[in-house]
Amino acid sequence: MKQYLLAVHSVEGEPMPSAEEMQTLFAQVDAVNEELRAAGVWVFAGGLQPPGSATVVRVESGSTTMTDGPFAETKEQLGGFWVIRCADLDEALAWAEKCSAACRGPVEVRPFEDEPEA
Amino acid sequence: MELVSVYRAEYGRCVATLTRLLGDIGLAEEAVQDAFAVALEKWEALPPNPGAWIVTTARNRAIDRLRRESTREARHAEALMLYQSDIPQEVGPVKDDQLRLIFTCCHPALAPLAQTALTLRLLGGLEVPEIARAYLVPEATIAQRIVRAKKKIRDAAIPYRVPAPAELPDRLPPVLTVLYLMFNEGYTATSGGLIRTDLCAEAIRLTRELAALMPDEPEVLGLLALLLLTEARRPARVGPAGELVLLADQDRSLWDRRLITEGHELVRRCLRRGRPGPYQLQAAINAVHTDGAASDWTQVLALYDQQLLLLPTPIVALNRAVAVAEVHGPAAALEALADLELPGYHLLPATRADLLARLGRLDHAAAAYDEAITLVRNETERAFLLGRRGALGV
Repeated sequence: MKQYLLAVHSVEGEPMPSAEEMQTLFAQVDAVNEELRAAGVWVFAGGLQPPGSATVVRVESGSTTMTDGPFAETKEQLGGFWVIRCADLDEALAWAEKCSAACRGPVEVRPFEDEPEA
Repeated sequence: MELVSVYRAEYGRCVATLTRLLGDIGLAEEAVQDAFAVALEKWEALPPNPGAWIVTTARNRAIDRLRRESTREARHAEALMLYQSDIPQEVGPVKDDQLRLIFTCCHPALAPLAQTALTLRLLGGLEVPEIARAYLVPEATIAQRIVRAKKKIRDAAIPYRVPAPAELPDRLPPVLTVLYLMFNEGYTATSGGLIRTDLCAEAIRLTRELAALMPDEPEVLGLLALLLLTEARRPARVGPAGELVLLADQDRSLWDRRLITEGHELVRRCLRRGRPGPYQLQAAINAVHTDGAASDWTQVLALYDQQLLLLPTPIVALNRAVAVAEVHGPAAALEALADLELPGYHLLPATRADLLARLGRLDHAAAAYDEAITLVRNETERAFLLGRRGALGV
């Protein structure tokens, strides 16, 4: 079994969905989450607060600095993600299709490095 | 010499089967190359089943190699898998393995150039320099694409299996596209050397294999028919001085009758299935062109009308306009092209130029030819367009 990250990105400046649309999105995502759990694929998932709420912590030669804001100043920022466990990329892609339809945005699928054998 | 043809015929099949046995494309390639090196040393005459010999030898070599290198746990696990699997000693290439490998190479998660390069390398046994020459891309680029694609297949766990029937509508088209592009790449380069002809032969060989493996997929049969009917006309396509000869002016006695008969038979098989698709229609159009003494343009136009419904692309619209010109005249065709846009594609201005010339609008025709000449990349086609442009006399 492999683990995959399904990442959803938010793009700065794109219009926010209306409250009503948000409700629909949440309901759709909940439904997919339910499906993921039922299929035994679910590991973890969550939506993130906007990138403005981020803090970067850096330890360099013994001293710690903190910077307000996200690590990379780009328009596209991670907005939320799923971590799923399945047999191969085809299964992960099939789930990504459902996730993309539910959250109405592109979903990036990335494999985790294999865990060392126990 | 015999070994070369065995290599061409068996390399892909053996890599495919070894990939299943070893669970890794890179290891499979190494093992098969090892086995061919042994064959070069040992074969005095061809064994009765060269493929089975190569697979067995490759498997044994792989076990040896894994034994030597089993320092790492992963390698050890692979060796264990090999020992424990209940495969019989004498095992030949398995056809389904090749099909699995085609679908892995043409997985939609890989970029188109990577799909093609990987298919040619793994299934066609072509070397990196050959692929690079065929695609006019630096060798380093092809090598890097292949390495990256293999790494992605391993890291992302792209499966090694034939997609389920329900997935085929999504998964078969990229495979057919790779084979079609491979053939086209070879066919357009009329002035290119033998390597390009090799690409056509390889595309036909792989499509034949695919058709044998999936005899119930009409689009696979359609693609095979299309390639055969196009290939059949190759000897007449270039004149004695290496110049391009248009379909209507070709010496039909030079066409390969055997390929045409086979292509027509495939088109009839497709028609009987009644599940038309873009490749089948294109094959049917080519069947009309290769039937009798001259093309029946009314029938060709009817097929293009159908094609445009299935595949409403500018290229299909352009090809359809050529048929419109034959049936309804150049003015109607020009009108059909009016809103068409195909940036950078020389055949759109070239077709407009021809229609304008037929209408006697010579200045406009000259301008359109000039545009086409600046866009064309193939030297033979450029010479053809320059000739046409010169014949206008304006």
